[in-house]
Amino acid sequence: MTQTSANRMSSQVSSVKGTSNPIKLLLKGRAFFALIAIVVVFSFLSPNYLTVSNLLIMSSHVAIYGILAIGMLLVILSGGIDLSVGSILALCGVVAGALMQGVELKPLGVILFPPVWAVVVLTCALGAVLGALNGILIAWFKVPAFVTTLGVMYMARGIALLMTNGLTYNNLAGRPELGNTGFDWLGFNRLFGVPISVLVLAALAVLTGLMLSRSSFGRWLYAAGGNENAADLSGVPVKRVKITVYTLSGILSAIAGLVLSSQLTSAGPTAGTTYELTAIAAVVIGGAALTGGRGTVRGTMLGAFVIGFLSDGLVIIGVSSYWQTVFTGAVIVLAVLMNTIQYGARGIRR
Amino acid sequence: MSGAATSRPAGEVVLAARNIAKSYNGVKALKGVNFDIHRGQVTTLFGENGAGKSTLMKILSGVVQPTSGEIVLDGRPIVFSSSTDARNHGISIIHQELSLAPNLSVRDNIFMGREITSLTGVDYAEEERQVRRLLEELEEDIDPLTPVEELRLGQQQIVEIARALSVDSRILIMDEPTSALSATEVEVLFSVIRDLTAKGVSIVYISHHLEEALQITDHAVVLRDGNMTAYAPRADIDLEWIVRNMVGENYDLGSPPTGHGFGPVMLSVRDLTVPDPAGGGYNVVDRMSLDVRAGEIVCIYGLMGAGRTELLETVAGKLSASSGEIVLEGKEISHLPIGERIARGLALVPEDRQRFGLVQTMSVGQNLSLASIMEFTRGIFTSVRLERALIQKSIRDVTVKTDGPDVPIGSLSGGNQQKVVIGKMLATDPKVILLDEPSRGIDIGAKAEVFRILAHHAAAGQAVVFTTSEVNECLSIAHRIIIMRRGRISAEFTSDITKEKIMAASGEAVAA
Ligand SMILES: Nc1ncnc2c1ncn2[C@@H]1O[C@H](COP(=O)(O)OP(=O)(O)OP(=O)(O)O)[C@@H](O)[C@H]1O
Ligand SMILES: [Mg+2]
Repeated sequence: MTQTSANRMSSQVSSVKGTSNPIKLLLKGRAFFALIAIVVVFSFLSPNYLTVSNLLIMSSHVAIYGILAIGMLLVILSGGIDLSVGSILALCGVVAGALMQGVELKPLGVILFPPVWAVVVLTCALGAVLGALNGILIAWFKVPAFVTTLGVMYMARGIALLMTNGLTYNNLAGRPELGNTGFDWLGFNRLFGVPISVLVLAALAVLTGLMLSRSSFGRWLYAAGGNENAADLSGVPVKRVKITVYTLSGILSAIAGLVLSSQLTSAGPTAGTTYELTAIAAVVIGGAALTGGRGTVRGTMLGAFVIGFLSDGLVIIGVSSYWQTVFTGAVIVLAVLMNTIQYGARGIRR
Repeated sequence: MSGAATSRPAGEVVLAARNIAKSYNGVKALKGVNFDIHRGQVTTLFGENGAGKSTLMKILSGVVQPTSGEIVLDGRPIVFSSSTDARNHGISIIHQELSLAPNLSVRDNIFMGREITSLTGVDYAEEERQVRRLLEELEEDIDPLTPVEELRLGQQQIVEIARALSVDSRILIMDEPTSALSATEVEVLFSVIRDLTAKGVSIVYISHHLEEALQITDHAVVLRDGNMTAYAPRADIDLEWIVRNMVGENYDLGSPPTGHGFGPVMLSVRDLTVPDPAGGGYNVVDRMSLDVRAGEIVCIYGLMGAGRTELLETVAGKLSASSGEIVLEGKEISHLPIGERIARGLALVPEDRQRFGLVQTMSVGQNLSLASIMEFTRGIFTSVRLERALIQKSIRDVTVKTDGPDVPIGSLSGGNQQKVVIGKMLATDPKVILLDEPSRGIDIGAKAEVFRILAHHAAAGQAVVFTTSEVNECLSIAHRIIIMRRGRISAEFTSDITKEKIMAASGEAVAA
């Protein structure tokens, strides 16, 4: 009797070990394996897909989503959501465009042409202010994040449309005699053959990764998102953490806006529509939990590349854009499904 | 009480575990346990934190599946596919960690998943009537429509008990049902248990309050490291037997540390008034004043609702007072945020570990180091080496039973989770440490350990304030015992007072 039950137990244990390890590995590295699968499949379908130049071009597209997704990750880790990133991106792009066209100071009768570095600083400051507005409403006034950022999303988009009357700024190159050239540097130039936008993304990802894993702020953020009450009682400045993440998300949206208008050499008020959803999708595919407290930059970057490489691949092999939407949706649902399986298997005890 | 003390003949076995083993990722929580539940009797399961008690109960109630072994119901082997399945076979369980939906009302929680329906949908009136009757039986004055999150922890536990009682089960498993209850509430629960067993309901009881459990039990079973190490009917055992079998040696909760003089006043509370946080319109703490000196251990005793938790939470900065001052080492701190108070040496170990103590998404180590992040931050980065050292020290100091610092906090047993919460705050190296029911859910060895640590900290010149619902704990290590009643100090004693006087001063009916 004891003999048989002991045998049964050991066989069960070994069978569990045998099957669960590769599955666990697949589950943990799912975004990575998905990316590999996408690259392999499209390389078969199109000879042009797996070339250095194409990979770099696709990466420069990913940069926009990727930068937004880093901000979104921070917000989601805190247990919130930021729907305003796409609109902040557009508003910041438009403001940058307006600054490049020159600011007319009526009473003095002069037109100021700020240098590009000033345009960049001012634009980022605008993003920071809008993000901080989100953060203050959410942390101090306890307005739900979904509602707050939905409101700011509409407001930012509306202001962008008002400023331009719905039109687009087309000439962002600047003029040498005014000393404001160089705006296209972000979108077009390369350093060691790599587009600047990709380098910007990489730098931001590394910095954020360090911040999350090694700084006290990172630890505060994970704790505040995991259990706000417990974090608060442990001395974590929860409100400050929240305001900071929304502010950072605003700044990152501004940077994405600069990169996008530089790539397009134009700034329109409808840019970045629905990009907030793409950013959320990247974060979720990267394994973060929408309930907060779980997620990594590495995962989010993989998520952004999965989405970017998938949609560009579909374009390259000539699949209609309607199908692209369907595929992206399927990938998101699949990713969330796997999140549930992974966190469910962790066995959170009651 | 008389009925339980003289043991009745062992009733027929209704539910039994045969050779049950369970491992979690290779860690063996149970190693082949046999366990019988007798009809109409109370079987108590004793064991240290992490011995496997909750795991065994979850298996018997269908919450988790055993790795091997079988369950026998009424003489026939059976497999429960889920807790609902087990409930349909007449088995219900009160979980150690509360499993209530905080946003729903008491009524909706009690009938969650089993709503009483009529042709027009859910029959709320009937549900409410039944809930009122249940709460009356438990002698608890709670409105069935109150959202659970507005209840005190003890009241939430009562709701959890009421939910299990509402099912009319044949076998009722109670995993530490009294950890947040007052002595009076425990008495009421025990009379309910006696009524149930008289009706033939079988009870499994788990508690770290050993004396209390001895009052009610008919059989004692001891688990140790996943094995059943002893079994005996009530007549053959006493407290010493349980402790010996549980931990292998005898424990004494200790006595107030002596040999050091008290230093200056570390914490001074002046005329503190705190309005009811739930908006009840009265004051939960009412013009209360209290001085605690360096090296002193003060125990605050009181019934549920006496305002102990609110007092500590206000001092720590979670609630705000409407008037009065809080002075730490001569400096007024009422305006400071919690983090700043911790940095100045004031730490609170909260009562409700799930809601206020632990971050469930983080590992054991990250939870332990959470309140001392600045201690191991150098410049802008945290030092992995310093953090490791701090975590290892905490694990050793409060003897957490864990597979290492990197496992999820949820994989620890209830008592070990409690030790993590205590260890986290002790790691901040406080000058004044406030503990709200620190012994909730920890075994006798760990309790002695925690009190030893507190005595040690007091001897080192720290001021210690703790609350408890167990008079013995007050008597064992406190230099001074303060009785709180309706937000005020109703009496103050030194440690040579008797149990009866303390209970009388708290307004508690002393059991004859
Ligand atoms: N979901 C889980 N994942 C991993 N390990 C677990 C899990 N649940 C329990 N364990 C382990 O099983 C062992 C027994 O835990 P259990 O909760 O049964 O202890 P217990 O006797 O109820 O203790 P306590 O008195 O502290 O409540 C512990 O070592 C615990 O870490
Ligand atoms: Mg337990």
